Amino acid sequence: MIAELGHFSLILALGLAICLTVIPALGVYHSRVIWMRLSHSLSMGLFVFVLLSFACLTNAFLADDFSVAYVARNSNTALPIQYKISAVWGAHEGSFLLWILIMAGWTLAVSLFSGGLTVDMRARVLSVMGALSIGFLLFLLLTSNPFDRSLPVFPKEGSDLNPLLQDFGLIVHPPMLYMGYVGFAVPFAFAIATLSSGRLDSAWARWSRPWTNAAWACLTIGITLGSWWAYYELGWGGWWFWDAVENASFMPWLVGTALIHSLAGSEKRGVFKSWTVLLAIFAFSFSLLGAFLVRSGVLTSVHAFAVDPERGIFILVFLVLVIGSSLILYAIKASNIRSEAGFDLTSRETLLLVNNLLLAVAAMAVLLGTIYPLIYETMTGGGKISVGPPYFNTVFVPIVLLLFIPMAISPRSRWKKTSLDRLLLAQVWPLLSALLIVNGLILALAPAYNVVVAAIASIALWILINLALDWKNKVVNKSTRSRGFTLAALFSPGWSYFGMLLGHAGIAVALLGVLITVYFSEEKDVRMGPGDVVTLSGYDFKLNKIAKVQGPNYIADEAEIEITLEGEYIVSLYPQKRFYSAGGSLMTEADMDVGLFRDLYVALGEPINDSDWAVRVHYKPFVRWIWWGGMLIALGGLITILDRRYRTRRAPATVRANSTASAEGIPYGQG
Amino acid sequence: MKFGKMKTQRRNRLFALVFIVLGVGSAVTLALNALNENINLFYAPDQIVSGEAPVGQLIRAGGMVSNGSIERSTTDLKVHFKVSDLNGSTFTIQYEGVLPDLFREGQGVIAKGRLDATGMFLAEEVLAKHDENYMPPEVLGVLEKNAVTAHADNQDSTL
Repeated sequence: MIAELGHFSLILALGLAICLTVIPALGVYHSRVIWMRLSHSLSMGLFVFVLLSFACLTNAFLADDFSVAYVARNSNTALPIQYKISAVWGAHEGSFLLWILIMAGWTLAVSLFSGGLTVDMRARVLSVMGALSIGFLLFLLLTSNPFDRSLPVFPKEGSDLNPLLQDFGLIVHPPMLYMGYVGFAVPFAFAIATLSSGRLDSAWARWSRPWTNAAWACLTIGITLGSWWAYYELGWGGWWFWDAVENASFMPWLVGTALIHSLAGSEKRGVFKSWTVLLAIFAFSFSLLGAFLVRSGVLTSVHAFAVDPERGIFILVFLVLVIGSSLILYAIKASNIRSEAGFDLTSRETLLLVNNLLLAVAAMAVLLGTIYPLIYETMTGGGKISVGPPYFNTVFVPIVLLLFIPMAISPRSRWKKTSLDRLLLAQVWPLLSALLIVNGLILALAPAYNVVVAAIASIALWILINLALDWKNKVVNKSTRSRGFTLAALFSPGWSYFGMLLGHAGIAVALLGVLITVYFSEEKDVRMGPGDVVTLSGYDFKLNKIAKVQGPNYIADEAEIEITLEGEYIVSLYPQKRFYSAGGSLMTEADMDVGLFRDLYVALGEPINDSDWAVRVHYKPFVRWIWWGGMLIALGGLITILDRRYRTRRAPATVRANSTASAEGIPYGQG
Repeated sequence: MKFGKMKTQRRNRLFALVFIVLGVGSAVTLALNALNENINLFYAPDQIVSGEAPVGQLIRAGGMVSNGSIERSTTDLKVHFKVSDLNGSTFTIQYEGVLPDLFREGQGVIAKGRLDATGMFLAEEVLAKHDENYMPPEVLGVLEKNAVTAHADNQDSTL
């Protein structure tokens, strides 16, 4: 019964989504405030019924209801309870239900926290979000219903969740990632709403910015968690594979990054408006494209989602409809958009423009590499190719390195006009000191000198020095104005500024992590028997013994590997090779010693004979910096939302009043 | 005054345009070049046996691991196994290192590596899949071509 209730709630939610799309839109058309105001309760209803449906599916998992086909395929009575809950989104149908739940959550959030929006604008935004929900709900109901029963004959025992997914990573990674993907629906809806209303002013950018930052921060966390999860779970010690599905999340991130930067220009200076709208459309389109690539099975990937042509075609049609209609709207309306201000060639606006251009090119390069196998197959009539990491590294790395130049100097630049001499002169000392410090550190501490490492590490430090100097200048100015240094002066620049500071510092931290991991990691595949020792970067890994251990739903061979550095005991690691009896599958559970400056990582391969095993050992310097950097970037995005100027202000009750607000925007600038 | 401003604006636009054209142009050239050098073609077992696949070039190849064909070295991590299309064409893959968890007899695999002059495939990488029921599309294509679809309906989903 409960599964049917879940199914029924989904159908009701579809009905509400249709109402949410149509009624407020009609209200806007006929200027009926009551109809527009309905959007609020309709969003609430949509969320409640999707939540109910989600709860029903969760209940089916908790109650081991194997008559529901999806539960039977992805759960098992012996599955620990936290994985029974996360198994809800462990495969296609349930994960898409989670996607819809998050979509409904963002819709509700917009309806609750948009006091600053005029009634008609809120109606437009929510109507667009309702239309997207219709598409998603139809997709779930028509092609991938998670509540399908396999009656009258159903299995007594479920076939278990894929062991790789029985992990903390599954609990946190997909929800965060989807928060990001689906979150881009909000700036998308804002963009469509403003285009259709024809009022593309700075107020629009100010409404859109906190939502965009929030979605982008969630996507950043999701990608970072995914990288961390792949690193410890897959047993390869890799943290990024340029896999099609990783790329599917990375492309919206790149476009989203461009978007949050161009929104800054649009809000503070009223520039790049039509470009910003286009980016908002594309950020969400890339999210949908990602969903298509992942769920249609058209690309070979380590993430093997269900291969079902019907689903692929549905998403493709939806994608074409969304992109097509929004681009047509853009083509009709965008010519009315006028930039409010000009700017000089040497100004912060130009640096933002360069940033946007490079990010867009980077996203296109990743897109080309990701879908090239499809293009090739179509053009050659079935020829199969793969595009490997070398392509992505050759194309992506130079673009990103170029990106660091505007990133380093932009905190010292000014809006509208900065003299070129000033801009360059200000960089002499930061650049020189970065070079000196990095080279000094390398000569003093590192075993070998590498020019590339020295150069790129200097760039990272150069970025950090500029950020610190800019903050210092702001504090000094404030202190001079208020006659004396206070603690308040230290924090005077505001949350938005600290968000930028943290985000950019996070990039520098992640850059150092990537650089040092790539250049100084060591890895060996060896055959080891009890008593054997292998040496890696000075560390001795000694295999003491291998014994059987019993887990809650698996049996494992567990090795004890003792690690010493120059005779001194460091740690003992216990990597496992697990056999999950329910699904009959084998899994590597690596073990690692985690440190600020290096990880030691051991994974068991396969048994070679009665005593010997294949063993993979890694030395990974600075690898944690990649994820700490990612988290700093996300934190930066999140704290910008706290900024005073995004605090909800009640809009005037009249419907058309907001056009007077368009002159605002610049007074809030700090730069 | 007004005229001067216009001129600056127009000049800026021109600069931006030139910059964009140059940037996008060089990026596209770079990307296509990199693509040309870094695509790896897939070859089916019959193409390898017939000599259609190039020797010494980085390619991908795959099929079903033949039953009873896995031979391990007694001293190191070298391993040999045979891969077939279940239709009479079989070739041998040599690999040194840790094999993926789901590698076993009767399973579809894809390897990346080079053919040597004797027709042996020296693999640098044997591709892992997350799911035991998952069949690489390339291998599925080979089997379907031979009308052997025994495992084809067995695909399922994981994340």
